[in-house]
Amino acid sequence: MSKISEQDIRKLASLSKLKLSDEEVILYQKELSSIVTYIEQLSDTDVAGLAPTSQVTGLKNVTRADELIDYGVSPAELLKNAPATKENQFKVKRMIA
Amino acid sequence: MNWDSIKKIAQDVSSGKVTAEELVRRSFSIIDETKDYNAILSISKHRALERAKDIDNRIKNGEKIGSLAGVPFIAKDNFLTFDTPTTASSHMLENFYAPYQATAVERLEAEGAIMVAKSNLDSFAHGSSTENSAFGPTLNPIDKTKVPGGSSGGSAASVALKIAPFALGTDTGGSIRLPASFCGVVGFKPTYGLVSRYGVVAMASSTDVIGPITSTVEDAALVLDVMSGKDQFDGTTIDRDTKTYDGKPMSLKGAKIGVVKEYLSSGIDKEVKKVILDNVEKMKAQGAEIIEVSIPSISLSLACYYVLVPAEVSSNLSRYDGQRYGLSDATAKNLDESFEKSRAAGFEAENKRRIMIGTYVLSSGYYDAYYKKAQIVRTKLINEFEKVFKKVDFLVGPTAPMTAFAIGQNVHDQLQMYLADIMTVSANLVGIPSISIPAGMANNMPVGLQLMAPQKADRALLQIAATIEEDN
Repeated sequence: MSKISEQDIRKLASLSKLKLSDEEVILYQKELSSIVTYIEQLSDTDVAGLAPTSQVTGLKNVTRADELIDYGVSPAELLKNAPATKENQFKVKRMIA
Repeated sequence: MNWDSIKKIAQDVSSGKVTAEELVRRSFSIIDETKDYNAILSISKHRALERAKDIDNRIKNGEKIGSLAGVPFIAKDNFLTFDTPTTASSHMLENFYAPYQATAVERLEAEGAIMVAKSNLDSFAHGSSTENSAFGPTLNPIDKTKVPGGSSGGSAASVALKIAPFALGTDTGGSIRLPASFCGVVGFKPTYGLVSRYGVVAMASSTDVIGPITSTVEDAALVLDVMSGKDQFDGTTIDRDTKTYDGKPMSLKGAKIGVVKEYLSSGIDKEVKKVILDNVEKMKAQGAEIIEVSIPSISLSLACYYVLVPAEVSSNLSRYDGQRYGLSDATAKNLDESFEKSRAAGFEAENKRRIMIGTYVLSSGYYDAYYKKAQIVRTKLINEFEKVFKKVDFLVGPTAPMTAFAIGQNVHDQLQMYLADIMTVSANLVGIPSISIPAGMANNMPVGLQLMAPQKADRALLQIAATIEEDN
């Protein structure tokens, strides 16, 4: 039922911002199909009355005072790893082709 | 040559019997001798020696350093550190130099430990064998034709090769315990939130933990003692135990130990099973009460894990977009193409698989069937563990159903590779502490014994593990 098609892979790659070659599309179509078949075993599990878990130690809405914290890192140091910068900001390619 | 216990090393450095510089140079020379294993990706040549000399000078001046004075260690290359790149074994971060250090590293340094080198891992910690590294696999120190396990394979191999007394790993579904098991060393996964993850490359935020890989349980406890506790930079951190994590052996008399039926049924290597059962017999002989328990949803834990973790991976790895840091494709004509080409070139195949699986299970139409369903199965699993922990204090079983497999054996079959984690993922989904300790040999390779305890019982877990270790 859940066979993933090559078209699905192209869609997933596009949503995930990954450029794939045609060979990769064929390979991932096979591999992801078998992984999805494996995880489908969850569908038959009876989970009536149970709520989903996303946090395991019971923490809720951890807040801190709205104060400036000194992380000890300057903007210049953070920008050092950027491929392109201009006027102390990240520089990116044009958005509209 | 074996290292002394961490406690002894720190004492000897503090008393001036040995210098921190000698210890750092010793690590460097073993790194050089063991290059073939590809356990180490980069060395902190400059800073480690500088810190060692500084510590030695301060000791000469009568200063007190700390509980880890002069103790060299290895950090998995997904911990942000000064002086070396932090690559996460990926081309994406191949040339990335962190502007700040992980809290765990900072805390260890504050007690006098010295980070000497960074270790190999599966790219972004996605894997069970360290073969997914962009910089080649690490070889198993016991048999070079075998994998060291993963994803903290470089860290486990480093400890087995005696490069340093301890190494740091991360464990999202078994990545500390599995390589510890395959390399014959100790690997400890603490309760979720006990150690700050600030400054560590995120994989799956609802299960990621940081822990030590060592030669002995006592060493693991001492390292945990320094790293654990709340951190204002990681909102998921919890309070540590008020007592020291000491890893001191305790009596097994009256301890209720549950043998998990599901871990010893189908799919386990016969020799591995025998080693584990022999260990259980020894615990019984020492006065432990052995109780067979069943956690039926364990059979679903791996499927549950391979929905939730890729979902979180797809979210956490969206930050690698080639714009602010990391690999950036220079040929792209516009921003969208820059994202797609940078990510295509920066990620390994397994990273891409997990990102796409995650995107799939989170997409509308599949969200309820996969992601939400897995979150509910997670609740079911948690409830079953809680029920069992009303009857027993600890759980015992193998760390993995097999011993280290051959390099290349599973690289083209993801499901076979994923199955290596079948006995470790539950502890991550439930958030409980778990440790792998050497239990014996099977197929001429080490076998790991896995022990688990309820959330926040890390101290008791380390003590019982020390007791069992002593008997082996």
